[in-house]
Order: sequence, then structure tokens, then C-alpha cells
Amino acid sequence: MQTEYINAFDIVVGVLWRFWPVWIALILVMGVSFAYKKRLGLYGQLFDSGVGIAGVFICLFWLFTAIFASTISPFDPLAQVSIMKDTLPGAVEPTSKLIYYFGGDKLARDVFSRMVYGSQIVLIIAPAATGFALMVGITLGLPAGYYGGRIDTLLSFLANLVLAFPVILLFYLLVTPGIMDTPIPYAMAGLFFLFPIIFFSVLFWTRFKNRPDRLYILLGITLVLGGWIYVGLVFDKDPLHIVHIDPNQLNIFVAVVFASSPGVFRIVRGLTMDIKTRDYVAAAQTRGESPWYIMLWEILPNARGPLIVDACLRIGYTTILLGTLGYFGLGLAPESPDWGTAIKDASRLLRSFIHPALPPTIALMSFVLGLNLLADSLREQSMKD
Amino acid sequence: MLSFIARRLGTMALTMLCLTLIVFFLINLDPNLKKLAISQTEMHTSAEQLESWLVNHGYRQNFFVRYGQWLGVLPKQPITDPATGKPAQRFSFCNDPVVPTFSGVLEGDFGCSTKFKTTVSSKLFPALGATGLLMFWVLAVMVPISLLVGILAGMREGSRTDRTLSVASIASTATPEYVSGVIFTVIFASWLGWLNGSAASASQGLTFYNFTLPVMTLAIYGIGYIARMTRASMVEVMTQQYIRTARLKGLSFGSVVVKHALRNALIAPFTVIMLQFPWLLTGVVIVEVMFRYQGFGYTLVEAAGNNDIDLLLGCSLVSVFIVLITQLISDVGYAFLNPRIRVQ
Repeated sequence: MQTEYINAFDIVVGVLWRFWPVWIALILVMGVSFAYKKRLGLYGQLFDSGVGIAGVFICLFWLFTAIFASTISPFDPLAQVSIMKDTLPGAVEPTSKLIYYFGGDKLARDVFSRMVYGSQIVLIIAPAATGFALMVGITLGLPAGYYGGRIDTLLSFLANLVLAFPVILLFYLLVTPGIMDTPIPYAMAGLFFLFPIIFFSVLFWTRFKNRPDRLYILLGITLVLGGWIYVGLVFDKDPLHIVHIDPNQLNIFVAVVFASSPGVFRIVRGLTMDIKTRDYVAAAQTRGESPWYIMLWEILPNARGPLIVDACLRIGYTTILLGTLGYFGLGLAPESPDWGTAIKDASRLLRSFIHPALPPTIALMSFVLGLNLLADSLREQSMKD
Repeated sequence: MLSFIARRLGTMALTMLCLTLIVFFLINLDPNLKKLAISQTEMHTSAEQLESWLVNHGYRQNFFVRYGQWLGVLPKQPITDPATGKPAQRFSFCNDPVVPTFSGVLEGDFGCSTKFKTTVSSKLFPALGATGLLMFWVLAVMVPISLLVGILAGMREGSRTDRTLSVASIASTATPEYVSGVIFTVIFASWLGWLNGSAASASQGLTFYNFTLPVMTLAIYGIGYIARMTRASMVEVMTQQYIRTARLKGLSFGSVVVKHALRNALIAPFTVIMLQFPWLLTGVVIVEVMFRYQGFGYTLVEAAGNNDIDLLLGCSLVSVFIVLITQLISDVGYAFLNPRIRVQ
């Protein structure tokens, strides 16, 4: 049977039409942000420059695509319709009359749906891993920069140790199927996931230790919520079965956090060393505040500008790392729709078919570009103050 | 200065020791050894046969003893054949000692590659040579272009040239090698047909046709980053007093840029270029796999994929060494270039 095709113009219109929930959400969010930009602080200032608007637009686009993935994509990303194998963009699927907008890949899956679902994997793992890396880096970087001396020497040595590993080698060693039979990923997860709990406990303790009414509520929330997520992620024994992560995803997650936290550590350490010489820190010291209060409530808030910029860049960098993992077939399942795996599959067949390769590459590139533009614009805005 | 370098070299040696120990530990995890045994023996071997293969080939000795032997601080004991009681060879393709000898990395013996069935040195060093060639061309393309872009952008901050070039640099840093590689191959190999999408034939002879795509792909990711650093440093220099003085003296803008600003603006990019090497290493792995170029990155992937213990250790030693030595060069070079920095 001959496969029917629709023309290029219909493909473009059809694709734009499939993204309708994204456009509505984008118009709402961008409209509201634009109307109230004077009151939105740093976020509002982003809308003053073209670069900032472009960055916000691209990031929100992928965010909403990830949220509405099931509505946008016409097909299941793993479903194989054998008649659609290697079809060119615009092929019509005979039974449902739905369209393979970007064609089919070598396993007859819809390239468009896979690209849309791929955004989910990236937008869950990359920001979450960056968040954990920030926690680890901040919790270790603050004391290293503030106290200096032996702690600094030891922690900096460890950070340089990790940074001296070429990333790719680290991944080949840490993300292999074999390593999941050993306790190493779980031990590392157990260690890394402890940091947010420690961070927030100390944060609240130092601030509210003279106000037990607030302190016990906040500490209680931190410990219960943190402990619940901790048990669910590290031991996969969430009593309510809500928090769950696959062992291979946990492995990737841990490896990415491990690879990017030394970078955060270095930045936080440098910023702390710079800020601790300021007058307000000396004033706090004279008041007799505890070192951890000074670190978390005097130094950290004043280091937020460069840290936010770095976090943006780092999410992009983590996306690239995830793509690298997918490209080498490490960790993620072979049929997983994430962009890296899709690029790997498509790049092997580039001589015969180019259409499955382009959507994931452009998706990954545009998302990282959006984050970089956002970071650049944030940097510019924070320099103005 | 000398004591500074000596101290740095000491730290470097310690770092390498720690890192190789970690790598050694991770490669020799039990599942990895099992995988090696399965790939090296015939199909359908029982668990006991796998275990005895591992014992016979010396993989079941004490961990630290094996690390010491690999390093060359403990003597390698000859492997005895249980049937004859005489020293036997583990692998047909490389020689094991017949009498206990110190034969490790420190003595220049990198061990045997189980994947390529040869000694590690005879596989690793030609591959490094091939990658060196690739790196040379990448740097030859990347450094002049990125410095030029950075200087042009930073010369007049906020101008249209600056904005265009800055966005272009941001775009290039957002394009990892596996993305630009695919896009370039689609454009230049599939569509236009100007260049070859595979560099497999480059091992026999480099041509513009088979080598441009790998070099281009590898260079593009670094260009943006170095250009942005150069721009930042150029912008800073251009606001200095001595630049204003030179302008007020009546010198032309071009000669101020070339004679006064350039030298001072190039100190920071030097460090950045040096610290770019660890990134280039990852890029090299991706590009060599993508374009099938038989260099260091390709060897590393093959070694890791097949759990080739000695070869992977050799690869990690080399890559860690490159990372650390470039860090050292960047620090020392920075102190030399910048007269304000004095190492105590």
C-alpha cells in the first residue's frame, strides 16, 4: 500500500497546531509577566531586553511542552507502526489518519512524539540534578571559603580530584549496568540526598533558634518531607508509593550530581572568600552571630546573583551531559525517547535518512540556547544594580 | 617560582595516585570482572569456569597487591600453570614475566589490552598520535577565530557587531559536538556532498575532504566559550585609564586596540584556552566515535565498552595527566604573562 503524504505547508501548520496548549500557556504567562514586569523584580527586568525575552520564551516553551506532552504528541513515543518505518515527514498513518509530522524512525516510531516526550526526561532530570548539585556545592563551599585552612585544603583537593576526571571517563565508570549490582550508586545517592536536608535544617535552625514556635514547625516540615523523599529515592521504599525512581535513572542522576557539584563548590567558595571581607559580615561577627548564621543568612543571599546565573548555565550544561550519556547509550533505556538517545540512533543512519536526526538535535540545541540567553540576560541585569 | 612548581607537581602526583586508585577500584568491581571473563571465554561457560578463568589470569589476587603491581611498586609474580607447574602466559599476545619482576606503569609497562589483543603501549601511543594531530588542527582553527571574534566584539561594547557576535558565541556554546556533528554532516556531507561524513580513511592520509568535518565540529563548541572570555577581558581593558590616555593623545582607534589593548586583553583567554583541554577531551571522544576516527577517544570508548582493564587504566592515566598538566601550564603561564601576579 502506498503511504500518503501531506505537503510541507500542511506539516508546518499541523505542527504549530499540535502545540496549541503550549501557545495558550505561553500567551498567558508572558502576558501576565509583561503587564506586571515592574513588580516582578529580577524576573521582570528580563523583559526589558530582546535577549531576555527570547530566553524566557524558549525555556517556557520547552517547560510547557514537557507538561502537556501527552496532549501535544499524537502517538505513543514507544509505539511501533511497522508500515511507517523510515517514512518521510508528513506521512499519514493509515488506521488513525493521524500524521507522522517529522516522519518515522528505523523502528517505525513517530519522531515528533518522541521529541515531545524527550523534553519530559530532560526537564525533570536536568533541573533536579542541578538543584542537588547546588545544595551539595553550597553546603560544602560556604565553610571552605569562610573558614579556609584545613577544611578548605581538603575539600578543594577532593573537588579538584573530581574535576580532573574527564567527564566522559567518569560516566563510563559510574554509569554501567554492572555498577547497579553494587551498593555504590545507592551509597552515593544516600550521601548526596542528605545535603538538602542538612542545608534546610541548618538554615532554619540558625535563623529561628530563639523562636521555638516557628523553628519546630519548619524543622518538622523539613525532616518529614525530606525524609519521605529520601526514603523514596534512595531505598525506593516510599510507604505511599508516590516517590519512585528507576535504578538506572537514579544512577544517571547521581553521576550527574557528582560531576557538576565540584563546579558549584568552586564558585561558592570563591564568592564566599570575596564576600566575607565585607563590612556587613564584620558587623554580624561583632554582634556575635554564629558562623553558620553568617554563612547562610549574610553571605549566601549576597552571592545569589552569580549563583542564579550559574544555575541557568548549569542546567544547560547538565542537558548537554544527559545528551552525551544518551549518545553513548549509557544509563538510559535503549528505547527511551530522550534527545541524546534519539541523536545516537539517528546519527548512525545519517547516510540514508536525515529526517530522524534533525528534530532532537534542534530541540536540544534550542533548549540549551534558551538557558544560555536567559543566563546572559540575567548577568547583564544583575550587573546594572 | 621553582618551589611553587615543585609543590604543584607534588599535588599532581598525589592526585594521579588517588585517581588511578579510584579508576582501578571501579574497573575491578565484581560485575565488571564477570563481564570481562564472559567476553574472553567461550559462550555458555558455567559460573565455576568463569571464576577459575579469573583466578588463573590473576584477577582474584588482593586488590592492593594488584594495584601495586600495575603501578610497578610491587613485583609481578609469574602465573603458574596448575597442570605443569611451570610459568605460563596469560595471554598469547603479550609477555608475562617468568621470574618476579617490577613491571608496572612506573617501569613503562602498561599491560595487555584484552580487546585489541596486543600490548597497551602499542595501541595507545599511535592512537594518541592520531588524536594529537586532530587537536593540532582544532587548536589551529579554534584559537585564531575565537580570539578574533572576541576582540572584535569587545572592542566597542554594546555596538551592533558586539551584539551579533555575542549571540553567535552563545549559540555556539549551546551546540555540543554531537549536535553540531549531526547538523554539519547533514549540510556538508548529505546535502551538499562537499565533505566526507566519515574520517575512517584519515588514518591513511589526511585530506581536506575527510578531516574538515571532525575539526569543524570539535572547534565550534570551544570557539563560543573562548570568544566570550576574550570579549569580557577586552571590554574590561578598553575601560582602563591608559586606553583613554592613548586615545586622548590622538592615536587612532585601530592602533590603540592593536598596540595597547591587545596584549593585556589576551592574558585571561590564555588561561581559558588551557583549561579548555579537559573539555576538548570529552569532545574528542564524541567526535572520534561519530566520525570513526581511530584515535584516543575511540580507543577509550572501545576499552570502556569491553571492560579492557589495562587499556582503560592507560587511557585514564593519559587523560588525567593531560588535564593536570594543562592546569599547571595555565597557572605558571599566567604568572609569567601577568607581571602583577607574583607567586610566593
